[in-house]
Amino acid sequence: MPILRVVLSRFLTTLITLIGVAIIVFVVVRVVPGNPIAMMLPPGASTADIERLSALYGLDKSIFEQFTIWFGNVLQGDFGTSISTRQPVLDLVLGRLPATLELSLMALIIAVILGMGAAIIGTRYRGRRTETGVDLANGIGLSVPDFLWGLLLIILLGVVWPLFPISGRVSPRLDLPFSTQFYLIESIFRLRFDLTGNLLRHMFMPALALALPLAAIIAQLLKQSLKETVNLDYAVLARTKGYSETRVILSEALPNALLPTLTLIGVQFTFLIGGTVIIERLFSYEGLGNMAVDAVINRDLPLIQGIVILFALIFTAINLLVDMTYAFLNPRLRHA
Amino acid sequence: MLDGRGAVKRRAGARLWLSGLWLAIVALAAVFAPLIAPHDPLMQDLLYGRLPPFWMAGAEPGYLLGTDSLGRDVLSRLIHGARIALIVALVAGIGTCLIGSTLGLIAGYYRGWADRIISRLVDIWMAFPPILFAILLIAVIGTGLTSVIVAIVVIDWTRFCRVVRAETLNQSQMDYVHSARIAGFTRMKTMLSEILPNVLPTIVALLSLEMGIAVIVEAILSFVNLSISTDQPTWGGMIAEGRLSIHQAWWVLVFPLITLFLTVLSFAQFGEGLKDRFDPVLR
Amino acid sequence: MSGGYLTIRNLSAVLRDTGERVLRSVDIDLQPGTIRGLVGESGAGKSMIGKAVLGVLPKALKVVEGEILIDGQDLLKLKDADRRRLIGASTALIPQDPLTALNPSHRIGPQITNRLVDILGWTRRAAEVRALEVLEEVQIADAARVMRQYPHELSGGMRQRILIASAFAAEPKLIIADEPTTALDVTVQKQILKLISNLQARHGTALLFVTHDLGVVAKICDSLSVLYGGKVVEDTDVASFFNGPHHAYGRALLAATPRHTDPDASLLPVPDDVIAAVRAELGEADRQWVRHD
Repeated sequence: MPILRVVLSRFLTTLITLIGVAIIVFVVVRVVPGNPIAMMLPPGASTADIERLSALYGLDKSIFEQFTIWFGNVLQGDFGTSISTRQPVLDLVLGRLPATLELSLMALIIAVILGMGAAIIGTRYRGRRTETGVDLANGIGLSVPDFLWGLLLIILLGVVWPLFPISGRVSPRLDLPFSTQFYLIESIFRLRFDLTGNLLRHMFMPALALALPLAAIIAQLLKQSLKETVNLDYAVLARTKGYSETRVILSEALPNALLPTLTLIGVQFTFLIGGTVIIERLFSYEGLGNMAVDAVINRDLPLIQGIVILFALIFTAINLLVDMTYAFLNPRLRHA
Repeated sequence: MLDGRGAVKRRAGARLWLSGLWLAIVALAAVFAPLIAPHDPLMQDLLYGRLPPFWMAGAEPGYLLGTDSLGRDVLSRLIHGARIALIVALVAGIGTCLIGSTLGLIAGYYRGWADRIISRLVDIWMAFPPILFAILLIAVIGTGLTSVIVAIVVIDWTRFCRVVRAETLNQSQMDYVHSARIAGFTRMKTMLSEILPNVLPTIVALLSLEMGIAVIVEAILSFVNLSISTDQPTWGGMIAEGRLSIHQAWWVLVFPLITLFLTVLSFAQFGEGLKDRFDPVLR
Repeated sequence: MSGGYLTIRNLSAVLRDTGERVLRSVDIDLQPGTIRGLVGESGAGKSMIGKAVLGVLPKALKVVEGEILIDGQDLLKLKDADRRRLIGASTALIPQDPLTALNPSHRIGPQITNRLVDILGWTRRAAEVRALEVLEEVQIADAARVMRQYPHELSGGMRQRILIASAFAAEPKLIIADEPTTALDVTVQKQILKLISNLQARHGTALLFVTHDLGVVAKICDSLSVLYGGKVVEDTDVASFFNGPHHAYGRALLAATPRHTDPDASLLPVPDDVIAAVRAELGEADRQWVRHD
């Protein structure tokens, strides 16, 4: 039963983390100097307006009371109403979430493919010039953040050699038959591969920009762990059985080297999702991150709170999921 | 094997010097900006709007890297932009380093309640998208240089805290720490005189990396128009303007981008290079 | 000295970096169906010979001259892929440490059958039947269940049996056993030794048995090669060796071993003057080798 206990304690810490996030968001937007209502209203609003709004948002009550009311509502799925659009925050946020999820997952897939590919090639040709090249590329990938990769891609593949569109999620003139916000997935199910292609072309650059730093991290860690594994006894034994070096790396070393990399991918994936805030802004991609920046600029406090809570929920869920997968994939833990 | 080690050393040396050279250029540009900038970075001249860089047809002598849509000299703005970048890098970098490392040392060495509270705080911080957190902070406390620095310190202290805590935990298991305690050192003294020096190479490398990240965060905040007032040239602000006129005047975007790219890369590589040089094990 | 299943002639290997010789013009001949002991202290290069045959020498080493003939084909002259195929089909290794030689991520079954399927082209079904057979041959009860288990669920002795079964599964003509009992408990050692020699006799395999333990050699080997500093200083059959080795080092080694009475006792140090004499001999050989080069 040790797994069950681990699961329970992880759930508990996750819960504490989420409550902590809720408190901090709340404190940041309300306690920090400056009247939040004054921030919501355009400059020059009358005192009567301010008082009316304060009562509407319960801001005349004590901070503690305000928090309990707000948090109680959040637990019931009520995130309040957006100030700028007057729609329920939950609807707005859930409407944009699919776009961000599709983008993040695409970026993750690209990062895993690039990172694993680089690690395997670097290990296969270790000690040669190819490995030096892989190391050099990793070094640059690790040092330069997604924002700069995005700008570079815009210039290279958007302007100098215009292969991909530089903004939006899909060409605006297209007729979209979708009933969900998961455009990419739905386009595949509807067999509208023309739309799939269009969506992928729009997604390519922002996803690649998000993926490059993560790919470099995966490549670095996996290569290090592969290079240790290929010299272990069981890998040597496999070589004496007649397996090629590539085969030894793929079927003997990789399954064992992957496990430490997996935990890392979990944490790093949350960083990647965090990066969508600015990458979506850069590529005018209509996702959650872009909406978050708009919400901040429009001083739409309920919307900001909702978005931050949702991000926190996603991040903690990913970490939880990775821990569980790790426990499940490790044969030693599974049978303990 | 010997050859391999030699090659690693040589490469580490090269990257230390190359990145150090670029950072020195940026620092000199920042310090002597008014002396070396060919033009006033804020001077607008609509007659000279969107001049291309010197090697292209239609370039105007005196405007080496061209002008932006308002006719401001790109090179002069880059040179003056180095000032904000460097101030942010130094102050925010050192601020995050001090706060994060202190908390990390305490959590890693004292363990117990201190560790539990600090680790929980780090967990909570890791559940925020950092850029969104920074944008939100700026929106609440207002724009300006101080706000930008505060925001960077608030979002990024965890980077130091996590790494330093892990490293301190490792070091605490070492025999020399036990010997120091047995020799009668207080816990505080052991932490500062025995553990800190061994964690220092990591902290220095991280500090250099963090300076690069601070420059990027400032650029991102400028990009969403939430950094420093618009009459102060910043690389991020230039990028934001350049992004709007990318099809008409690519150079307005490309030059600050290259500058930013090299600076961030140099900060990271400089840190790694320093770490290799001062790591007692590798040396 | 020819016509053996495995013939090594004049094999020399050096450290890539320093050029120091690790194997010095080694000659070894192994007749089909016999066991040859490869004896020496640690660092004598005995494991390196096995690794050279199998093509898994560490990257730091380089073969500079000589031939390794398996069934008359020189491995060192073959293309990489051909050499791998020949080794995979004809030769197997019983490794030293059963705890690290099985892949922790894979179940036991595939680790025995993969060579049969991937390299020898058997059907998975046939390979599984064969795996069950050999597992029973090494006296593993409930073989079908063991094949579904992971290595960490089994004891060291069990794992060594599995590795032995795996080595015999493809009916190789040649097996190289690299100190297969060193990592095991004394009681288990005896069983494993007996198992290996029984299987060898039944299958008629040629076995190169690498060990530092003359007691083991006395028990199971037909002939032996004594190595010092990467050089074969004695090459003889077991009976004549134990009746009186020709070489000073061989004599000293034998004298240092508490004979047959207690084969499990560890090796006593060889006297310094003998070592000095052997070293001088190696030095002379090296000088000649360099000139010849």
